[in-house]
Amino acid sequence: MPGKTDKLIEQVEHSRVWRSIFRSGTGTSTLHRALAIQQNVFLHLFSNKVRKRMLSVSSTWYLGTLTFGTFLILIVTGVLLMLYYHPSVPQAYADMKDLQFVVSSGLFLRNLHRWSAQAMVFLVFAHMFKVFYRGAYRAPREFNWVIGVMLLLITLLLSYTGYLLPWDQLAYWAITVGSNISSAVPLVGSKIHFLLLGGNQVNANALLRFYVLHCVILPLTALLFVAVHFWRIRKDGGLYVQQSEPKKLAAPDDAVLAKEAK
Amino acid sequence: MPDEKQPESSSPARELDRRAFFAKIGLGSLGIAAAGTAAFAYQFLSPNVLYEPSPIINVGKPESFAVDSVTLDANSGIYLVRAAEGFFALNAICTHLGCLTTWNQELNIIACPCHGSKFNRNGEKIEGPAPKPLPWLRTWVSDEGNLMVDRSTNIHPLQFLRI
Repeated sequence: MPGKTDKLIEQVEHSRVWRSIFRSGTGTSTLHRALAIQQNVFLHLFSNKVRKRMLSVSSTWYLGTLTFGTFLILIVTGVLLMLYYHPSVPQAYADMKDLQFVVSSGLFLRNLHRWSAQAMVFLVFAHMFKVFYRGAYRAPREFNWVIGVMLLLITLLLSYTGYLLPWDQLAYWAITVGSNISSAVPLVGSKIHFLLLGGNQVNANALLRFYVLHCVILPLTALLFVAVHFWRIRKDGGLYVQQSEPKKLAAPDDAVLAKEAK
Repeated sequence: MPDEKQPESSSPARELDRRAFFAKIGLGSLGIAAAGTAAFAYQFLSPNVLYEPSPIINVGKPESFAVDSVTLDANSGIYLVRAAEGFFALNAICTHLGCLTTWNQELNIIACPCHGSKFNRNGEKIEGPAPKPLPWLRTWVSDEGNLMVDRSTNIHPLQFLRI
């Protein structure tokens, strides 16, 4: 039986359709494996080859990967929650309660979204502490640290904007307090407060604005920064491994860039 | 940018060449367009009409308030106080971060549940993170004899309304 399955897989892999999608071809040679990464639009962000030590648990604790994992869970569960949630004053709270008590698996999806959100904030901080205390933020990776700080801010904003959507007392007063903090900005504080809420108080406009920020603007920005963040890992010489770090930390010189261009 | 400096460094007398001229025109129009877009975005994001409740509130007949009473209208976020000197209205929104405060009859104070600010009956700050006292609001009696409060107009404290 396994012989038959293998043969079928081989047939599929050699079919014209398969080869038109995966052009790198099949095979286990180093070249084929490298091509499989390099010619895939998603995987080409990453290095073709990595040192084994980079992939060990101790070097990263997989905190960045776990953060990305929670982000993917949040996208999937969030899109599903959007199918039942209306960002309007009369309906928002009732929709949230419907998700808990009426919609099949609604409670599971809502709780998964909520817990993943908490986990993501925790993991982002853990990831940053790990990077900081290992010194992995230093040259040539300093720009990727900056991107990481941006992603931290986006994560916190996602968490904050999502907090209003249940439209309960906790949400209402948390956003009242939070948005009033923005009024403390010198000179333009009250303008920022007005633009953020789309009015002078937390109301229908604020709910809609926070919904759009939470579901469209912030996730798209986060995805863009995540792509750059992953790509920079390769460009900055792979994941940081303490023992193998060269003594002289230098920016990629022309020879390296020329080699990469090939 | 080096293109723009080139004419000065190579020969001061040399005129702006065609490429640099069009680059400047292009960048200039892009700059104007960017400024216009920013102004457009700012205007679009600021609502011109707000469906928010009116700042003017009808609190009812003056006789319905007992002397030395503090009444919180939670919907409009104001206190109507009837002191021996007369009536006055306080904004019940905490000056710290905008929570709704409550009147504590036993302790004779106004307290904020969010961060613990405390005020006395005249709105003066007793303690807590609040930076300012609770503002006094313009109060008057309408032609129908109702007490009216304008939440959008602050007045100096201790201006009692005598009826």
